[in-house]
Amino acid sequence: MNLRAETGTFLRTVWGRAYPRVIGMQREKSWMLFDVFLPLLQVAAYVYIYRAIGAPPEFTGFVVLGGAMTAYWMNILWNMASQLYWEKDMGNLELFIIAPTSRMAILLGMAVGGIFATTIRAMGVLVAGILVFRVPMAPTSVPALIGVFLLTLVALYGLGMLMASLFLLWGRQAWHIANLFQEPVFLVSGFYFPVRALGFLVALGASIVPITLGLDAMRQLLYPQMMEGFRFLSVGVELGMLAVLGAVFLFLAHRALRFFEALARREGRLTLRGQ
Amino acid sequence: MTARVRGGESWRSLRVAAWLGWQIESNWTDPFLFAVYSVVKPVAGALILVFMYLVVARGGLENHLFPYIFVGNAFYIYVGAVLMGISWVVIDDREHYGMLKYMYAAPLNIYTYLLGRGAAQTAIATVATTITLLFGVGVLGIQIPPGQVDWGLLAGALVLGLAALAFMGLLLGGATLLTARHNYFIGQGVAGALYLLSGVVFPLDVLPAPLQAVGKGLPVTYWLEALRRSVLGDGGNEALRSLSTGTVVLILALSTVVLAVASVLFFRWAERIAHRRGLLDMQTMH
Repeated sequence: MNLRAETGTFLRTVWGRAYPRVIGMQREKSWMLFDVFLPLLQVAAYVYIYRAIGAPPEFTGFVVLGGAMTAYWMNILWNMASQLYWEKDMGNLELFIIAPTSRMAILLGMAVGGIFATTIRAMGVLVAGILVFRVPMAPTSVPALIGVFLLTLVALYGLGMLMASLFLLWGRQAWHIANLFQEPVFLVSGFYFPVRALGFLVALGASIVPITLGLDAMRQLLYPQMMEGFRFLSVGVELGMLAVLGAVFLFLAHRALRFFEALARREGRLTLRGQ
Repeated sequence: MTARVRGGESWRSLRVAAWLGWQIESNWTDPFLFAVYSVVKPVAGALILVFMYLVVARGGLENHLFPYIFVGNAFYIYVGAVLMGISWVVIDDREHYGMLKYMYAAPLNIYTYLLGRGAAQTAIATVATTITLLFGVGVLGIQIPPGQVDWGLLAGALVLGLAALAFMGLLLGGATLLTARHNYFIGQGVAGALYLLSGVVFPLDVLPAPLQAVGKGLPVTYWLEALRRSVLGDGGNEALRSLSTGTVVLILALSTVVLAVASVLFFRWAERIAHRRGLLDMQTMH
C-alpha cells in the first residue's frame, strides 16, 4: 500500500473509532446529564467540607477544577485503559485484530473521541460548579491556561493509550485494576487539594499522571496568590514536563501495543471471554 | 410449596450466592493483591479528606470536626459496597455472564440470592471500614478509647443500617431489572446523593435549609448519627442534637422496616414487568 492510501486508512480508522464517542455517546441525553450531575455531587460534598472547616473561597475553585478533571481520569481508566478488555468481552477485539488497519489508529480514535465526549462533560461540571458555588476565577494568562490544558490532555491520553496496551493481557483484573486507580490517584495527584501538601517527592512521583502537573499549573494560573504557598513547580517547568510526558507516552504506547499484542496472541488471551 | 421448603430454598440461595459473590470478588487475583486492593481504595479515600483538612488547618488535627469527618467517611464505605453490591448483580448476571434467566429457571429465591451476592461486598467493606478506623486511631490519633465506645449501640445501629442499605440495594436492583443502560448511574447517583445529604463528611448544619430537610428524611443520616454517638460519644450534628439516642435508633429501625416492605413490593412489581416485557435476558452490550 502506498503512503497516501495508508494515511487515508489511518485517518478513516481514527474517525471510525472516534465516531461512537463523538456522535453515539451524545445520543443518550440522560447519560450526559448523569455524567455532569454525578461528579457534581462529589464536588458539592467536598465544597461543603471546605466551608465547614472555614477554608478560603479559592479552595472551592480547587475542588471544582479537580472535580471537572476527574471526568478525564475516569475516561482514561474506563474508556481507554479498559476499553480493549470491554471489546474482548463483547467479541469485538478479534475484529479489530483482523481489520486491515493500524491498531494505533484505533487507539488514537478512542482517544480523540474520548477527549471530545469528556470535554463536554467536564465543561458541564466546571460551568455548573462555578455557577452553583459562585467560584471566583481570574486567570493571569488565558493562552497559558489553554496551553497547559491541551498539553495535559495530550500527555494524559498518551498515557491512556499506553495503559490500553498493558490492559490487553487482562481479563477481570482489568476492571479491578481500573477501579483501584481511582481514589489513590485522586489522592496523590491532588484532585481536591494542592498536590504540594503531600510533599515534594510524592508530588514528583505522582507527576507520572499528567493531571498532577496540569492541575497544579492551572491552579497557579487561576489563583496565583493562594498558590504561592502551595506551588509544586513553576508553570514553565510543568509545561515542559507535560510535553516530554506526552511524547514519551505516545512512543511507549506504540511499542507496548506491538509487544503485548504479540504476547496476548501467543498466550491465547485475545479471544478469552467471560472471565 | 410449604413454608418450610420455601425457607430452605431461601437459605440455600443466600448461602450459595454469598459463596459465589465471594469467588467473583476475590478469585481474579492472588490473596495478597486482593487484600491490598481491598484496603488501598478506602484508605486513599480517607486520606483525601485528611489532606483536605490538613491543607486548611495547617497541620493540626485537633478540631472536633476531624473525627466527625473521618468516622463518617469510614462507615460510608458500606453504603457504596452494599448498595452497588446488590444492585449491580442484576446487570452482571443478566448482561456480563448471561445467567439471570437461568437464575429464574432454577429453584432459588432471587430476593435472597441478591442479598447473598451483596454479602460478599459487605464482608469486604467490613474489613475496609475496620482498617480505615484503625488507621485513624493508630496513625492520625483519633480518640476512640475502646472503654468509652457504646458497643451495644454500635452493633445495633450497624445491623439496622446494613439492613436498610440492603433493602435500598434491592430497590435499586428492581429498578435495574427495568432499565437498560442506566443502572450504573442510578446506583452512583443514589450513593452520591447520600454522601452529600446524609452528613457523611460534614455536619448537616452546613447544608442550605432545603437540602438539610432532605437529609433529615434519609435513614443513612440517622444511621451515621447513631454510629458516631456510639464511637465518638457525640453525633456532631446540631440539627439532630435535640433527638435522644433512643429516638435516633427508633427512626432508623422504623425506616428500615419501611424500606423492607417497599423493596419487596417494588422488586416483585419490577419482576412482573420484566417478565412481561422479556427483560430478564436483555442484552444491551453494555
